[in-house]
Amino acid sequence: MIPAVEVAAERNYLNEETGVLSWLFTTDHKRIGLLYVASISVFFFLGGLFALLIRLQLLTPNGLLFDSETYNKLFTMHGIIMVWFFLIPSIPNTLGNFLIPMMLGAKDVAFPKLNLLSWYVFNLGALVTLYSIFRGGVDTGWTFYTPFSTTFSTTYVIAAAAGIFIAGFSSIMTGLNFIATVHRMRAPGMTWFRLPMFIWSHYATSLILVLATPILAVTLLLVAVERIFQVGIFDPALGGDPVLFQHMFWFYSHPAVYIMILPAMAVVSELVPAFSRKPLFGYEFVAFASISIAAIGFLVWGHHMFTAGTSPYAAEVFSFLSYLVAVPSAIKVFNWTATMYKGSISWDTPMLYAIGFIGLFAIGGVTGLFLAALGIDVHVQDTYFVVGHFHFIMVGGTVLAYLGGMHYWWPKISGKMYPEGLARLSALVAFIGFILTFFPQYILGYLGMPRRYAVYPPEFQVWHVLSSAGASILGIGYILPFCYLLWSWHYGKPAPPNPWKSTGLEWKTSSPPPKHNFEETPVVTTGPYQFGEMKEELDLG
Amino acid sequence: MANPAALSLREHFRTPEQQRETSSIGMWIFIITEVMLFSGLFMAFTVYRSMYPQAFIEGSAEMSIALGATNTIVLICSSFTMALSVYSAATGNRRMLAIFLIATMILGAAFLGIKFTEYYQHYRDHQAPGVWFDWRGRDAAQVEMFFVFYFIMTGLHAVHMFVGEGLLFTMLLRTAAGSFSARYHTPVELVGLYWHFVDIVWVFLFAIFYIEGLHLHHG
Repeated sequence: MIPAVEVAAERNYLNEETGVLSWLFTTDHKRIGLLYVASISVFFFLGGLFALLIRLQLLTPNGLLFDSETYNKLFTMHGIIMVWFFLIPSIPNTLGNFLIPMMLGAKDVAFPKLNLLSWYVFNLGALVTLYSIFRGGVDTGWTFYTPFSTTFSTTYVIAAAAGIFIAGFSSIMTGLNFIATVHRMRAPGMTWFRLPMFIWSHYATSLILVLATPILAVTLLLVAVERIFQVGIFDPALGGDPVLFQHMFWFYSHPAVYIMILPAMAVVSELVPAFSRKPLFGYEFVAFASISIAAIGFLVWGHHMFTAGTSPYAAEVFSFLSYLVAVPSAIKVFNWTATMYKGSISWDTPMLYAIGFIGLFAIGGVTGLFLAALGIDVHVQDTYFVVGHFHFIMVGGTVLAYLGGMHYWWPKISGKMYPEGLARLSALVAFIGFILTFFPQYILGYLGMPRRYAVYPPEFQVWHVLSSAGASILGIGYILPFCYLLWSWHYGKPAPPNPWKSTGLEWKTSSPPPKHNFEETPVVTTGPYQFGEMKEELDLG
Repeated sequence: MANPAALSLREHFRTPEQQRETSSIGMWIFIITEVMLFSGLFMAFTVYRSMYPQAFIEGSAEMSIALGATNTIVLICSSFTMALSVYSAATGNRRMLAIFLIATMILGAAFLGIKFTEYYQHYRDHQAPGVWFDWRGRDAAQVEMFFVFYFIMTGLHAVHMFVGEGLLFTMLLRTAAGSFSARYHTPVELVGLYWHFVDIVWVFLFAIFYIEGLHLHHG
């Protein structure tokens, strides 16, 4: 029997089959996760390129490079690519795909072929959107507000919307797959309250994916119909109601913010206990906080329209509900902090990203409450304050958590260790670059700098220069991990099965895991995060 | 040895029951997404119907209640034959399964035939929105909006019918190939769920588009 074990240990999901076709036709959730990493990395750097051009333009009050029309296209394409082709799939389709079956003790997701199909559909949608970009771009803003998008814009609105429409099916397939997987693919003994928090948060994310994305699909369909046939749906000149578009758009797009942040919380909920050597404080509260965020998140979309002429009574209700959704988010922040309290904290790279996330998410969340307050919102609506707020959540939150998760699970994914010193340095660079880029935007917004303008009064220049300088530092913080992670794929030290001495089923198998994750289906007898009970096992091993 | 249930068990499942339950929950989640898809359109329709009640009733009066009612009956009958298909599959009666699948397909095709006849009539009467639209009465823009929603919503429903016909045809081929038995017939059950869902959507479409203007009917 011993030779069989040795052979099994050498074979893993990366070398079981080789060649390009073995990747393009794979149904292995781990490989599909890596295919998504490749796709979204391309879109992240493309979206980042647009951000770079925006920040270059804003270095000087009168604009260095572009006229207003081109600038409109730049921020639109930055938004479209970053939201739909990076942020929405970022954590769920990469780390989620890779880890959910492993954390459940399953061989694969519920529907492996659907999983692969989702990747192809995603790339098809991306290609259609890229077509619109290379033909000259779109200038409506990522929000496609009517009647500009349906009647007045002369750019490639339909192609861009069609790409997003197609990519939406990929989101639905992923959400459906995850829900079915969590319900039906759990290993024996893996009860709901033994699930790692990563699973709970992704379950909540998946609920939003399947419930909200169809609404985006019909909204974009109606925009396309109005634009193609020149009939009245949202155009007031033809009897339509443009605010109805905003309701429908934000009914998807506000929950979509939680599609972006819940998986980030999923990652942080794993990192904080692992590097504090303590069980997650208040497990049930954090679990139900995820579900509450998903549920209440569907009821707050009206706060995007406080200044669009909705009724003041509706605005008050939406304002109240927007405050309410902050409660479960705050519960999570408090519980992560309480988990660290008197923990045995180690400052490895993933923990640096996790702590960065908690700080930036707290600032981004609290400024979200400013915007939910009716009076303040009138002052800062459509200013850089809003831009700063959502970049704190999406970049400071989601991107930092994505990088933290990538570092934490990199030994499992690649079977190699990344260079720890360089990684800590790059986490610090990203954090400093982030603060420098986006904190001045709050000040700019509060002083009255509107968003989406190519030129601005000279007195704002100092803040814009700070922001652009920060953006170049932030860029280095992104390029560094990209380079050394790729380097370590070939040259890194081989990783042991459990380099962080973590709990969780994904660490109980080899690095990288075998094709079906486990040599035999694990049987679960305890909850997650039992760090105290691990000591003996570690001393032995 | 040739146990279809064992042969069709995919490698990532532990038991046939787990596989069947997983497929089933997947189909239900899919139907929920479909409900959300149509409900967005129903919501937008309802908003405009409450804004322009008179124009929407005028538009509704242009519907052919005879064809619409016939189609409703046709679809309800097809749901019945679909239920009989699932029953035949569950009892392992492959001959009856094939017969009822064919009956369901014929009824579905009849529905689509009648539907496209209606579309042609609206086009002929200048009621198709866009450049073809020509309305001599009052509130032309609002009546046109009624027809926009009529074509989008029944059109989306018709797309689902075409997909359903394709699924039924696949089931028929697999029945002929002997893939199904009393122990393994999950795909037939799932296609049945889908078909019933599409039928139920039609009942709502019939109510909002055809019945609304019945009392103003011009003939």
